[in-house]
Amino acid sequence: METVKKENKFFGLKDLLRNDLIRRLVSIIILTLIWGFISYFLNDKDMLPSPISVAESIAYHSSQELFFHISITLSRVFASFFLAMIIGSAIGIAMGRNKILDDYFDGWLILGLNIPALVTIILCFIWFGLNEVAAILAVTINKIPTVTVILREGTKAVDEKLIDVGKIYKLSKLKIIKEIILPQLYPYLVSAARSGLALIWKIVLVVELLGRSNGVGFKINEFFSMFDIASILAYTIVFVFFIMAIEWFFIKPLETKLTNWR
Amino acid sequence: MTGFNINIRDKMFPLKVGNNEKKNVIFKNFDLKIPTGELLCIFGPSGCGKTTLLNIVAGLDNKFNGFITYNKKISEEKISYLFQAPRLFPWLTAQENIEFPIKKEKNCKKISNNLLEKIGLKKFANSFPNKLSGGMQRRIALARAFSTNPEVLLLDEPFISLDNKIADQLRKLLISLWKQKKPIIIFVTHDLNEAIQLSDRILFLSNLPAKILLDYKIHIKRPRKINSAAVSSLKRLLSASVRS
Repeated sequence: METVKKENKFFGLKDLLRNDLIRRLVSIIILTLIWGFISYFLNDKDMLPSPISVAESIAYHSSQELFFHISITLSRVFASFFLAMIIGSAIGIAMGRNKILDDYFDGWLILGLNIPALVTIILCFIWFGLNEVAAILAVTINKIPTVTVILREGTKAVDEKLIDVGKIYKLSKLKIIKEIILPQLYPYLVSAARSGLALIWKIVLVVELLGRSNGVGFKINEFFSMFDIASILAYTIVFVFFIMAIEWFFIKPLETKLTNWR
Repeated sequence: MTGFNINIRDKMFPLKVGNNEKKNVIFKNFDLKIPTGELLCIFGPSGCGKTTLLNIVAGLDNKFNGFITYNKKISEEKISYLFQAPRLFPWLTAQENIEFPIKKEKNCKKISNNLLEKIGLKKFANSFPNKLSGGMQRRIALARAFSTNPEVLLLDEPFISLDNKIADQLRKLLISLWKQKKPIIIFVTHDLNEAIQLSDRILFLSNLPAKILLDYKIHIKRPRKINSAAVSSLKRLLSASVRS
C-alpha cells in the first residue's frame, strides 16, 4: 500500500510540473536558492548580500523614494520607446518600399547601428545640455536604427499580390496601408517593440547615471559611491520586475491578439 | 453593342537580354468585344499574354496604348478578379475574407452568409485560411470574387494545381454562381477541356505577339460532361483547326 501512495505523490509532483506557469515559478525559486547558497558560502555581506537582506532593503526603499524614481525612469523609457517606434517604423517602411531611398540611407543606418550608445549620450548632453530633452533624445537616437532595420525587412516581405487584391476592389492608398500592409507588419512591430523595450531601459539607466538627478540610474550611481550593493540589487530587482510585467501583461497578450491567425 | 470593348494598340514588355534591353511586343492592334452575360474563355500557350490581358482589363497594368471601354451599365468598380492563387488575407477569417470588398455595405453579413452557404463552408466561417485545404481556400476566393456582385469577373487559371475532382466541383460552383446574375466572365486557361466545359465562346490566342487565331461560339447545353460525345468531338475539331 505504501509504495502505491508514494507513486501517487510522485505522480502528483510531475503533474504539477506540467503546468508551465508552475515550471517558471520553480525556476525562479531555484535561481534564488543558488544565489542564497553562494552568498551563504561567500559570507561577505558587502560583496553579495543574501536574498533576505535584499528583500529587507526593498521593503526599506519602498517606504522611501523607490517608486518615485522608478516612475521617473519608466516615463523616460516610455517616451523614448514610443518616439523611437514611431520614427523608426516610418523610416523603415519608407526604406522598405522605396529602393532609391534604401540605397541612399542604408549607409547611414549601418553607421547608426554601430555608434556606441555612450557616444550618443555624451554628445547629446554636450550639445543640448544636461536636461530632459537631451536625455530622451539620446535614448531615442540609439533605438531608431534597430527599429528601422526590423521594419525595413518586414516591409520588404510584404506580399504585393495581396496589395493587388486591394487595388482590384478600389481601396484608397490609406486603406491599403491600414488594412493590407499593416497587418503584415504586426509580427515585425511586436518584435521591434520587444527588443526595443529591453534595450531602451538599459540605455535610460546609463543616461540617468551620467546626466540626471533622479531615476533608477541616478540612485544606482549614488549607491555605487556608497558601496551599497543590497540597495543596488533592490532597485534592480524591482525595476526588472516592472519591465517583465510590461512584457507579460502588455506585449505578450498584444502579440497573441495580433498574430493568432498564424 | 452592349458589353465590353477592349482595344489595345500596343503593349510592350521590357526584356533584358544580356546587357541591352529589348522590348517584347505582347499585343499589337488587339481588338475584342464581349457582349453582356457572356462567359468567354481565353485559351493559349503559356506566356502568350493571357494574364497581362486580364491585368490590363482590371486596371492593375496601365502601361499600354489603347483603351478599354465599358458599356454605360458597367462601372469600373464592378470588376472582380479571381487570381491563380487564392490570395486570401491570412489574418482574416473565411467570412471576413469574403466580406473584405463589401465591408461598407449594409447587408454585408447577409451576403457573406449566403455565399458561405452556397460554397458549403458555413461551418468554417470563423476559420483562418491557413487551417483550410487548398480547395476550400479557392472556394472562399470564389465567394469573395462574387461578393461584390460584379458585372465583369476575371479569372486567371483559378483551378490550376488542384486534383480533377475538386477542380470539377469548383467549376460547377462557378457556373451556378454565374447563373444568378450572369456577369461577363473572362476566364483564362490552358486546359482545353475546361474551356469547352465552361464557356459560351472560346478565343484561341497565338504566341507573341498575341493574335486571335480562332473565335468559336459553343452551343452545347450545360451541364457539359467532359467525356460526352459532343464535348469530345468538339475538342477534336478545335485542336485540329488550331494546329492548322
